[in-house]
Order: sequence, then structure tokens, then C-alpha cells
Amino acid sequence: MSEIKVKVGMASCGVAAGASEVYDVLTRYQKESGGFDLGSTACIGMCFEEPIVEFSGGSLGSVSLGAVDPAKIEEHLKDYLDNKLPDANIIQADKHNGKHNELLAGQTRIVLRNCGVIDPKSIEDYEAHGGYTALKKALAMDPDEIIDEVKASGLRGRGGAGFSTGLKWSFAARAKGKKKYVICNADEGDPGAFMDRSTLEGDPHNVIEGMIIGAYAMGADEGYIYCRAEYPMAIRHLLIAIEKAEEKGYLGKKILGTDFSFELHVKEGAGAFVCGEETALMQSIEGKRGMPTIRPPFPAESGLWGCPTNINNVETWANITYIINQGSVEFRKIGTDKSPGTKVFALAGKIAGSGLIEVPMGIELRDIIYKVGGGMKTDKPFKAVQMGGPSGGCIPASLLDTIVDYDSINATGAIMGSGGMVVMDSGTCMVDVARFFLHFTQSESCGKCTFCRIGTRRMLEILTRITEGKGEPEDIDKLEDLAANIIKGSLCGLGQTAPNPVLTTLRYFRDEYLAHIEAKRCPAGVCNSLLRYEVIPDKCVGCTACARKCPVSCISGKVKEVHYIDQEECIRCGACYSACKFGAINKG
Amino acid sequence: MEQDFSPLAESIKRYRGKPGILIPLLQEVQQIMGYLSIDTMAHLSRELDIPAAEIYGVATFYSMFKLKPQGKHIIRICKGTACHVSDADGIKDALKSSLGLEGEEDTTKDMLFTLMEVACLGCCSLAPVIMIDDTTYGKLSPDGIPKILERYAYEEGK
Repeated sequence: MSEIKVKVGMASCGVAAGASEVYDVLTRYQKESGGFDLGSTACIGMCFEEPIVEFSGGSLGSVSLGAVDPAKIEEHLKDYLDNKLPDANIIQADKHNGKHNELLAGQTRIVLRNCGVIDPKSIEDYEAHGGYTALKKALAMDPDEIIDEVKASGLRGRGGAGFSTGLKWSFAARAKGKKKYVICNADEGDPGAFMDRSTLEGDPHNVIEGMIIGAYAMGADEGYIYCRAEYPMAIRHLLIAIEKAEEKGYLGKKILGTDFSFELHVKEGAGAFVCGEETALMQSIEGKRGMPTIRPPFPAESGLWGCPTNINNVETWANITYIINQGSVEFRKIGTDKSPGTKVFALAGKIAGSGLIEVPMGIELRDIIYKVGGGMKTDKPFKAVQMGGPSGGCIPASLLDTIVDYDSINATGAIMGSGGMVVMDSGTCMVDVARFFLHFTQSESCGKCTFCRIGTRRMLEILTRITEGKGEPEDIDKLEDLAANIIKGSLCGLGQTAPNPVLTTLRYFRDEYLAHIEAKRCPAGVCNSLLRYEVIPDKCVGCTACARKCPVSCISGKVKEVHYIDQEECIRCGACYSACKFGAINKG
Repeated sequence: MEQDFSPLAESIKRYRGKPGILIPLLQEVQQIMGYLSIDTMAHLSRELDIPAAEIYGVATFYSMFKLKPQGKHIIRICKGTACHVSDADGIKDALKSSLGLEGEEDTTKDMLFTLMEVACLGCCSLAPVIMIDDTTYGKLSPDGIPKILERYAYEEGK
């Protein structure tokens, strides 16, 4: 064991950005020279800086480096040992001004407290950070006492709907039945959301411990984690964690010497978004087509194989150990009165600091984007933030002072959702975004309810028509009419929320729809069929570059004279726009 | 040509008679056979005494199950929100033109590549992203696509 520790962030996004190469170089270097311990951890959340390496144990304290080049890592480590590491690479440090220190300062980490800190494959590392102490505490409590504590904490389901977790637990606990199940919903399907992936990759034991406590409180002896197959690393880490927990007696028969037994399985999804809906998910575990069933009966009475079942999502389960260890009073000190605690968001899109963040409820959206998220990625101004994925909506700049809690976000027409937050700038077309989400929900509709199956298709056709410049004046009314009926006529959350992206963009960006329909223009310059490429006479120097690139030869003009694009002939391929070195072609 | 189902015997034996086995079984069978043909599903139906319609229903419901032979390398294009606003469509066009795929075609004639769209690979900060087999490629531009594909074609000596 050496004082000096080197940790490489090896979650999916780190590996995709080249962390394995960095790790290989360090392994080789360690064999040659020694003098430090090498380990891996998961995701610290700053995905935009991957690959990330952390040095600690030296007199500089803990220092994280971002965007690490495998060719330079040896040199960085030598510099660290010589106490002369250049500032440029430091993104975060204890005793030092890392360039992203303030991004982490705005966060409160409960769910992600161990992510990027511990080695997720080591149960000993988890135990060293307080792991499985909550379970020991819970096993000494009465099951009802645990449920009361969770109720008192005010924790609301982090999967999106925000139902009281404690209340849900009490239903399952009260339900009659010899056999009960608990399920962790890790079928994170929203495009633009990766909170659960990072949580499971980075701290699988925390979720498992939460489930064991829940099972004990509700009287369940078997559980499932239903995880997307697209997350192979999350599944691998879960399987390792379950095996280790069984070896240590935290899982299996007679847990820690009590009469309580609990068996936990991992079930891989097979690629169906609708399986994120709880009744569909249970159908899928039973090996059937994942189609939602009518509620009631609710899963708490009759769920998996007809037995009382409680189902929570990854982030909800990941809050339990904190609540048990610190108590509901401590938990309620974070967040707002009606939405206590924190929320994990996956920041993506046109934002500088894309990645995973955990913030206290009650924070303003503006602070998330400009402080925790580091502001916009490019010079283009902020236009909207999309929350809640295909079930959510777009919140415009005028509402950036909205605070993050379930009720305030709902009031905007969006939803908290599971935590996907995609930032859009002026180069994003809102009609195109609405069409994108409708395309998604339409192809993922399971087909059971007519309005969801056919209604979403009709909406998609209308939106496609609008983006192609064939929109008709009555289209907006038709969209709103269809939306209202789909919401009323669908059984599950997928259909009931599918129109949200269209309704919110209509509410806040109606003029953009009108520009497409009436003026046949796409103000953001995205919808290809509506684009016009025009020469800006003042900027054109007559270099002929555009005319030479034009595949249909529709650009005329002599050398050193202003050129002209024939709109009738133009196929809107954009070749002239990319060819022009003087910014003399206007796209819009 | 008759397919040889003998490699499936062990899996069938292991799953027979257990509840809720259809999805993991089909995943395993697809691993072995490469895809789920109508004949394969009929064989499973006979062996496991599960109606063929039920097997076909599950196989067509989940996007992971493939009813046609697949290329040697699977290219997944991420169509998540972050990738969409970062021009995933441009990446798709570049892939299709590099692979010589037209219209609805998804597999190259030499059976080297199959192209498919997936909802979200969860690497949004690297958008736009594609995944070839188990390797993720991020921060792509349409111009860089041919170079990525070259490596795989090179391994095949093409």
C-alpha cells in the first residue's frame, strides 16, 4: 500500500472517452516504477471532462485532472509528486482552485455521494464509506417504524410522478399475501437521461442496501432489478455487488443472523420503452409482451405473478440508506417543504458542463444552467430547457426562475420526470423537437390503446407535414384536439403524457409553429425543406467557391462580383454554406 | 436449408418448465443462432410447449430481438435528444452512404455491418454518439465516419 493513490474514472462515458487507454498506461508505469496505488472509480459527474484521473495522498491533496491525454499522464503524475502540477489540467482540487470547483460547490450529494469516490466493484470500499450501516440499523427497528420514517422524510418517487414513497410502502406492507416482491425500476429509457446508469455503475450497493431495507419493512423475500440491456456495465457491477453482498451475509438466507431472508435477481430488459411503466415492467419480468394492465388492482395488491409488489426507481431506492442513517428530520432540511431532498439531473445538449449533477430541490432552473452547469456551450443564446424526456416539456427562458420541485415544474406544463435535462439554444427548432419526441413515443407505443396507437401517429404526421412546409392553418387546432383525446384515452403514462412536448412548445413557442405554417420559414434554420440560402451582398467577395461547390449549378455571378442563388433550382443541400469562407451565405 | 437446432438443446433443457423464461431464453437463443428465424421459434414452441404465437409476439415486441440475419458488426446510432440536437441525422446519412445502404436497407450485402437506431446510449455529453459492437465513438462529425469504418473493413482484409 502506498500513500499516493491514483484513481481513473471508468464509467461508460469515461471509457467511451478513452479512460481504458489511460488506465493501461498507468498500469504499465506502475509495474515499471511503483510508488503508487492504482484503482478505478465510476462517474464523478463531469462527463464533459472525461477521461478524468484523480491523484491523492501527496502534499497537493486530492487533485482531479480532466480531458487526460494518455501520452501525458505519466508526466502529470511525476509533476504531482514533485508538487508542481500545472493549473491548466486541474478541474477540481481540495487545496487548490480547480477550474470546476464551483460546479461541484452548488451541488448536494446524497444519491451520488459515493459515485466517483469509491470503487464500485469493492464491497469493502463501500463499507469503509458507511455502507450497510443503514441495514444494520434498520434490522434493529420495527418494520412499521421504518415505513413511518420514510413517510416522515417526505421522499417522493424519483421516477417522475412524485408519489409519496412511504405511503406506497405502507400499501404493500398492509397487503395480504404470503409472498411479496420488491422491484427496482432501472429501465431508464428517456432519451437524454443517464442518471440511473451512473448511479448503478458508480454505487450499486447503495441501491441494493435500500432494497433490502425496503423488503424487510414491507415483508418481501424476493426482489428484482429490471435494468436496460443497453447498460452492460451497470448490469456487470450489479451482479458483482449482489455476489459480494451474499458472501458477506447482507443478502440471502437469515440476513445478519436475523430471521429475515431476501433474494435479489437482475433482469435484463429487451428494448421496449413502455417497460418503464410499472405494470408493463412486471409483464416483462413474467416473460410476456410488456403491455400495461388496467389499475386497479394496483401492484401493491396484485403485482408480479399476482403477489403484492412494491416498485420504485433507482434514485428513490438510493435515498433510503441516507434517510435511515441520518433520520427524516435531517433529510427534510434539504429541499423544499413539499419536495424534500435532492434530485439528480442529467445535463445534456448545448450546455458547457454536460454531465450528472445532484442539486437540492428548490434551486432555480437558472442556477442549474448558469452556475452548476457552467452556462451555455456556444455563443448562441439559451432558448429552452427540455425536462422529463418524451413525457415532459420545454420550459422557455422567461420561466428560468422556476424552482425545481414537483409542483412548480408541473405548473409549467413540463414534468420533473426522471431527470433528463436537455438544454437548447437558438439553433434548435421547437417544432422539430416536438416532432422528435412524438416520433419516439409513436414508435414506442405498445399499441394497446387506440388513441395512443393511432392518435400519436396522426399527430406525428401533422408535425412532419409542418416541418416540411406543408402545414395548414387548421393544423394547430387539430394537434390540440388530438392531444386532449390521447391524454383522456390512454391507459398508462406513456400515452397520457405523449402530447406534452407538443403542448408545451405550442404554449411557449406558438409563433414558431406559425412561422412554419404561414410564412413557410424555420426561424432556427433546422427544417431542411424550409431553409433558404441567400447571398449576403455586403459580405460576398465573389470568390466563386460556392458556385463551384453547388451540385445543381444554381449559383450565378462573375469573379469578384456578388453571387446570386436561384431559389427555384436550389435543393437546399447547404454545400454553399459550408464552402463560403466569408460568412456571406445566410441560412434561415 | 434446414437449420441445425442441436446447439439449443442445452438451453432448452435448462429453461424448460420454469416461469417467466421466455425473454432470457430468446436472448440466449439469439446469441447462439445470430437471429430468431420462424423455424427457430417453431422449434422452441414444440420443445417447450409454448404457443408459437406467444413466442412470436414476444420476439416482435422487443427491439432487441432480430428476425433477420444480422451483419458481423452491429452499428448502433444513438437517437437520444442530445444526439438529435447535435445532428445525429447527419451521422446516419454519412453511415448509410459509406456503407452503401439505400432506403430501408439496414445490412450490407457482404453481411459485415448492420445499422440500427437506438433510443439513447446514455453518453449524452459525447453527442453525437454511435456504438460499434461494444465500442462507443463520441463527438462525431459526418466527415469522420469513413475513417472509423475503415478500421473494421481493414480487419476483414477489404
